[in-house]
Amino acid sequence: MARFRVNGIAQELDIEPQMPLLWALRDELGLTGTKFGCGIAACGACTVIVNGNPVRSCVTPVSAIEGAEITTIEGLAVNAAGGLTPVQQAWIEHQVPQCGYCQSGMIMAVSALLATNPAPSDAEIDGAITNVCRCGTYPRIRSAIRSLTGATA
Amino acid sequence: MPMNRRRFLLGTAIVGGGLLLGYASTRPSKHQQANATLAGNAAPFLTTWLRIAPDNTVTVLVPHSEMGQGVLTALPMMAADELDADWNLVHVEQAPATDLFANGVLVKGFATSLGVSIPGFLDGLATSATMKVAEIMNMQITGGSSSVRFTGEQGMRVAGAAARKMLLQAAAQQLEVPESELSTRLSHVHHEASGRSLSYGELASAAAQFEPPANPVLKRPEQYTLMGRPIPRIDIPAKVDGTAPFGIDARPAGMLYAAVKTAPVFGSRLASVDSASALQRRGVVRVVELDDAVAVVADNYWRARQALDAMAVSFDSTANDAVTTQSIFAQYDQALQGELSEDVEKGDTPAAISAANSVVEATYRVPYLAHAAMEPMNCTVHFHDGRCDVWTGTQDNLGIRGRVASLSGLDENAVTVHAHYLGGGFGRRLPNATNTIDQATRIAMQFDVPVKTVWSREDDMQQDYYRPAVTSRFRAGFDAAGQLTAWENHYIGKNEPAEAAHTPYSIPNQSIAYADSPTHIPFGAWRSVAHSQHTFFLESFVDELAHHAGQNPYQFRLNLLADKPRHAAVLKAAAERAGWDGNLPAGRARGIALQESFGSIVAQVAEVSIGEAGEVRVHRVTCAIDCGRAVNPDTVRSQAESGVIFGLTAALYGEITIDKGAVVQRNFNDYEMLRLRESPEIDVVTIESGAALGGLGEPATPPIAAAVANALYILTGQRVRELPLKNYRFTAAPSERA
Repeated sequence: MARFRVNGIAQELDIEPQMPLLWALRDELGLTGTKFGCGIAACGACTVIVNGNPVRSCVTPVSAIEGAEITTIEGLAVNAAGGLTPVQQAWIEHQVPQCGYCQSGMIMAVSALLATNPAPSDAEIDGAITNVCRCGTYPRIRSAIRSLTGATA
Repeated sequence: MPMNRRRFLLGTAIVGGGLLLGYASTRPSKHQQANATLAGNAAPFLTTWLRIAPDNTVTVLVPHSEMGQGVLTALPMMAADELDADWNLVHVEQAPATDLFANGVLVKGFATSLGVSIPGFLDGLATSATMKVAEIMNMQITGGSSSVRFTGEQGMRVAGAAARKMLLQAAAQQLEVPESELSTRLSHVHHEASGRSLSYGELASAAAQFEPPANPVLKRPEQYTLMGRPIPRIDIPAKVDGTAPFGIDARPAGMLYAAVKTAPVFGSRLASVDSASALQRRGVVRVVELDDAVAVVADNYWRARQALDAMAVSFDSTANDAVTTQSIFAQYDQALQGELSEDVEKGDTPAAISAANSVVEATYRVPYLAHAAMEPMNCTVHFHDGRCDVWTGTQDNLGIRGRVASLSGLDENAVTVHAHYLGGGFGRRLPNATNTIDQATRIAMQFDVPVKTVWSREDDMQQDYYRPAVTSRFRAGFDAAGQLTAWENHYIGKNEPAEAAHTPYSIPNQSIAYADSPTHIPFGAWRSVAHSQHTFFLESFVDELAHHAGQNPYQFRLNLLADKPRHAAVLKAAAERAGWDGNLPAGRARGIALQESFGSIVAQVAEVSIGEAGEVRVHRVTCAIDCGRAVNPDTVRSQAESGVIFGLTAALYGEITIDKGAVVQRNFNDYEMLRLRESPEIDVVTIESGAALGGLGEPATPPIAAAVANALYILTGQRVRELPLKNYRFTAAPSERA
């Protein structure tokens, strides 16, 4: 049995311990906001927050997150006023997404960064946000992050 | 403007009260047909693309796919503007994949703009025995940067204007006043003289009784209320909270998952499979053998994949098992020695070259490229009760309906395609690139439950329809006065668009010719199609000529554009905004490039330096674009940014190599993508020339590779004639060192 909490709800799943968290979320729990991109932790589309840390769920076996608290894009705004977190609001304000496929992972990675470092430098942003966006929304991602940290473009 | 967070519905049935207006200009019968089959008495269509409900909401049905280019917002803006609708009352739906919503305007648009009846990127379909021409001509295709300039200009605007006219006619009758005394504003018809007004919702049923005018009067630009304004995109809210439905997210009840292993050498056949061990694994339901692939179907994708990876599978050997990138380029070199086909002949190029005072020669080449859309290829198919449901993200829902019907032998009307957002298209999800959909259909035909076939990133990288590798050879001659008099260009493989290898510059003698040199590597349309290779060649070689002539590369181009004022204006705008002649920090240089594609003209200036490890660093890109007029200016900017980064990723990293007949690269670790830390600052300048609308999805991609390479020449003295740039270790020339 794999036991962990997802978006505040305790889950107990009869699955193989090696099954990556990504597939437990998508196929077993039906939480499809977390995306499959590469399967080798190279693109970040599958990023979720595990005990406060950004984690690439496609290479994280459920055995490694036993008892952990997991937040996915579906649970990000549970306690946020207006139904969206400031990061999500900034994403709308700056019209960031294009195809949108990478944006769940992008938003989770940025949310995790800002939770621990509310005013990252450009170098810290570059170091932390290594997710791939094939549509090239990077300029808008940077300006959306800057709008949240008080930095000017 | 406040955003209604849930204004867009994918694939809903068209039911409910209201009025549906039929787009009448090309097919007058369609709105009656729509009313008869879909709307019922309470909900008439005014055109096939517009519906007005009694509560005064307007629903626009969009026959194109949203893949991030903003089409779900731009097309409704165009219809709503002509209709004088209140944007806050506008809803958007994906047009169903039925013949009723096939897009005749698009076919016409391609026909008039390209001078051919079927766009070239559909050639594969047109000639395929398994596809009927009717399936192609009734299309809902999203490609060729065509949605706004064809469907929008000739479809949506006309539909909106026609509906407005019908509403005015109904109001004139109801208020018993002449139509000329009426005006429209914010979804109401007003009679100023009496102070009376009626909402569109109140008028809709009466308006539907009128025949849509064939040639309604369209607004002049100064009358626009929505077009030209940066309207927030309708699809964005669902893309920040994880609810946007992509094809890969479909979960019909009882669904199984398929993982597939396809022959690595294209054209090879499945030889043997040992499925015994796979069938004993947890969750595995069946092993399905196809001609060139084997699939494991299980109750969870990971279980299917694990079982597949553990299985012994072999494929037949083929005549192409020894093909390599090197052998393909050698084959190209040989083809260029042989007979060539004419592309452009002007003046007497051989004579001009032999009379030239100096001749410059160069050979360029670029490798195959994969699309690498972020959403791995996938398709969910359910055969049941003599029917079939398909869930996928595609650039042509109607084309996919036809494809699945012909593969399965079902009537097209028995196939329902459920539209989804595309996690990237870039040409990979066009209806002539259906290998995933074909596999998914053939696998699902063996089940009575839905089966979702999901390709791994490795499958996607190794089974693509690649941008072709191309070799291009140039010779150019200058006369004694230093004038460029001759241009000779021999290249491999004429592709779409037909004019991709043509130079915009005024050169009296031109000889452009090509050799076809087919390989077994499947190829397809890749964002900007043949422009992406040829603009690198053309704009790099012109830069060589400028330096050879001892001239400023910007001024050299400008001098050759005397008869192309729009091109010259765009080039000038980019150079001026970038401060072309201005100072730069030490160790940086600027390069410039220009290209017209899909009806838009784009010039880019790249500011480049060499990093400590000899790597290329692009700091800033200025992108000037003349697309005639910006319908949604913020989308123009985002598409320009996107095009630059897509092209820059290819220039820096993009390289698919072939070894033993198969693709070598497997995933993002060996087919690298640009990331945030390498992303340049991008400054977009839009030029409102008022010319016919140009496309936007593709035109910003072609120039960037040459702009960067031209800057590198100034920095290093080294001329880049092959991509990608990751294969070089540059050293800044002494004069350019920081």
